[in-house]
Amino acid sequence: MKKKVISLLAVMALTVGTLAGCGSSATNAPEGTKDAVSTETTAETTTQANAEAGATAGLKAGFIFLHDENSTYDLNFMNAAKEACENLGVECITKTNIPEGQECYEAACELADAGCDFIFADSFGHEDYMIEAAKEYPDIQFSHATGTKAHTENLENYHNAFASIYDGRYLAGIAAGMKLNEMMENGDITEDEAKIGYVGAYTYAEVISGYTSFFLGARSVCPTATMEVTFTGSWYDETAEKEGANKLIEDGCVLISQHADSMGAPTACETAGVPNISYNGSTVSACPNTFIVSSRINWVPYFEYALGCVANGTAIDTDWSGSLENGAVELTDLGTAAAEGTQDAINAAKDEIIAGTLHTFDISTFTVKGETLESYEADVDTDADYTPDHEVVSDGYFHESGEGFRSAPYFDVQIDGITLLDTAF
Amino acid sequence: MNQKSKEPFFHIVKRDVLPWHKSLGIRAAAIVLALILCAIVTTITTGINPIQVYESIITGAFGTVRKTWVTLQNISILLLISLALTPAFKMKFWNIGGEGQVLMGGLAAASCMICLGDKLPNVLVIICMVIASVAAGALWGFIPAFFKAKWKTNETLSTLMMNYIATQLVAFFTIVWEVPKGSGKIGIINQNSNVGWLPQVFGSKYLLSILVAVVITAFMYIYLNYSKHGYEISVVGESENTAKYVGIKVGKVIIRTMVLSGAICGLVGLLLVGGINHTITTTIAGGQGFTAVLVSWMSKFNPLTMVFSSFLIIFMNRGASEISTNFGLNQSYSDILTGIILFFIIGCEFFISYRIQFRKKAEKEEQ
Repeated sequence: MKKKVISLLAVMALTVGTLAGCGSSATNAPEGTKDAVSTETTAETTTQANAEAGATAGLKAGFIFLHDENSTYDLNFMNAAKEACENLGVECITKTNIPEGQECYEAACELADAGCDFIFADSFGHEDYMIEAAKEYPDIQFSHATGTKAHTENLENYHNAFASIYDGRYLAGIAAGMKLNEMMENGDITEDEAKIGYVGAYTYAEVISGYTSFFLGARSVCPTATMEVTFTGSWYDETAEKEGANKLIEDGCVLISQHADSMGAPTACETAGVPNISYNGSTVSACPNTFIVSSRINWVPYFEYALGCVANGTAIDTDWSGSLENGAVELTDLGTAAAEGTQDAINAAKDEIIAGTLHTFDISTFTVKGETLESYEADVDTDADYTPDHEVVSDGYFHESGEGFRSAPYFDVQIDGITLLDTAF
Repeated sequence: MNQKSKEPFFHIVKRDVLPWHKSLGIRAAAIVLALILCAIVTTITTGINPIQVYESIITGAFGTVRKTWVTLQNISILLLISLALTPAFKMKFWNIGGEGQVLMGGLAAASCMICLGDKLPNVLVIICMVIASVAAGALWGFIPAFFKAKWKTNETLSTLMMNYIATQLVAFFTIVWEVPKGSGKIGIINQNSNVGWLPQVFGSKYLLSILVAVVITAFMYIYLNYSKHGYEISVVGESENTAKYVGIKVGKVIIRTMVLSGAICGLVGLLLVGGINHTITTTIAGGQGFTAVLVSWMSKFNPLTMVFSSFLIIFMNRGASEISTNFGLNQSYSDILTGIILFFIIGCEFFISYRIQFRKKAEKEEQ
């Protein structure tokens, strides 16, 4: 009997212990990660916004996020939503952890029932469910980031938005190339060892466009650079991303970047002491020694634009594409790991891109199976058979997210110099 | 004296069967205690007023007409899976493969929608879907049952492993059918033609699953309590040797029951794919195949009690996610609250079956 009493007490103590442990970790975890990914915005957008604040006051905006603030991708959206709504005096309702299924439709409808005038969802798989909700509530404006269907659905109240993040990736690639050059000058690596590793999510155009532009940026300053890409088969899988990064490092990659939404790859790099180019926001506080720079989409301009449209009763663009010029594509401040002169090189390229004299997907800078890509039919209008439907190469460059096509990327070409691993995740 | 000092402070005594109002009272007390503990934990860790938390739980489940419908629909799905698993459990066949059986049913329905969508009229597609889903679920139940009946393999392992096979099959077909290329998702199937979408009942999207759940609950209650099959299941569950002695073919009962169990799970897959989500993903069952094990056991295999158990779990679940939305808390927080409540609910079963006797009281009784 004594044993029973002891074991009972032990169980009770354990339960109390675990409960207390859970409680504190639940409150502490978000705090820690908020620090890990900090985002900043320009002063320009704020002042611009305040001018419009009068018209938008009293509006209600609803936001649907796939994960919560532990995901760098969602955190980037959440901060932007909060900031845009504060700037404009708009009431902001958010729903986090909404899966890419019927739950998204229910969440959108609940937001509509709650009186929202503008409803936004941030994840690729939310699109079909947003369309269903948009059909049901024709008087409410629905927007979806990264989606591909707005231009073919012909719904007046359903819109897609994205940004020319490939330009941002190109600039981040320059920072990577500069770092590789620095490593070569220091004698850490030889020319042939300038291998970049990249942790991707899916073999989807958005990811392909991202790593290709990053690679082209790196090769523009470091001609001997090569790249290996691994895929996790998930947009958010911390363990797989960490393992992916570790595998690439073991494989001889001397610099890592990623297109997946957790802190997996950056923390793996920090542990291994390998420089990292991040995405969605600065990871400098979690990775002070290895963080170089991060490209990200600043969604504040879009939210302010769309909410302004709702307030004025004007139509929101079916496909809105942000750019370096309108402040939607940004690079964060450089980390201490960045090579000397990186900022100047980035600024110079940025000015050229904005001026239209430099194109990320300039066909003279890459080959496909040894040949120049003179012509390419992309699957711009999404269909189940992936039918190519638009010629996207003209004037010497690949028109990614181009005018008259769609805002979401469709660059899915395998260029020479990049090796894909684990495509069958 | 020596002996007395050795007597423990309390000991545990098995109770006689409690009258229903007393056991109900214990359960109610457990829920109240759970809510109080949740409130304390919430206030200590976040500083939020617990009354507001309770309000959120209720508005989360029943705040608007739509929320109420969704809550009822979710209850129906969980209830259906629990009902599906129950005959197997009653037979002491540990079917923890509900997740896989649901997925296979869903995969079969999705394949009909995708492959036959533009070839057959809508009515025929739906008929094919019903047959295919039920058959696929039944097959996923049949395989482990067959091995158990034939070679006495361990069904706990085999049903569990079958879940992984089902998940990987769905993952494989997701890549085959993904739109757009490389994106790893199928999206809504036949979004514009609505072919293979199960019909709305009385103009409501949500009613169909609820009606199916009502029918299956009634069926299962009668099947388990008043049919020959139900009796055979109980006998096999109590003692296989007795069953053999009275001439019940144990192997046949095992296979028949598991086919039924799998078929109802397949039907749930059909409802999830054809009626609710209109797509298939590896997470479409959302772990409910495992939650249903809990529901079934908590209800002591009584279909009517299961209605309340699934209600409780879904109610808390929806309430908890409302809390995390309203107060900007992490999803993990709602999991913690649900965990506390389940802990109390399961824990209270102990006090229904046993009572604790303290030393003094025990002495008195001896005298």
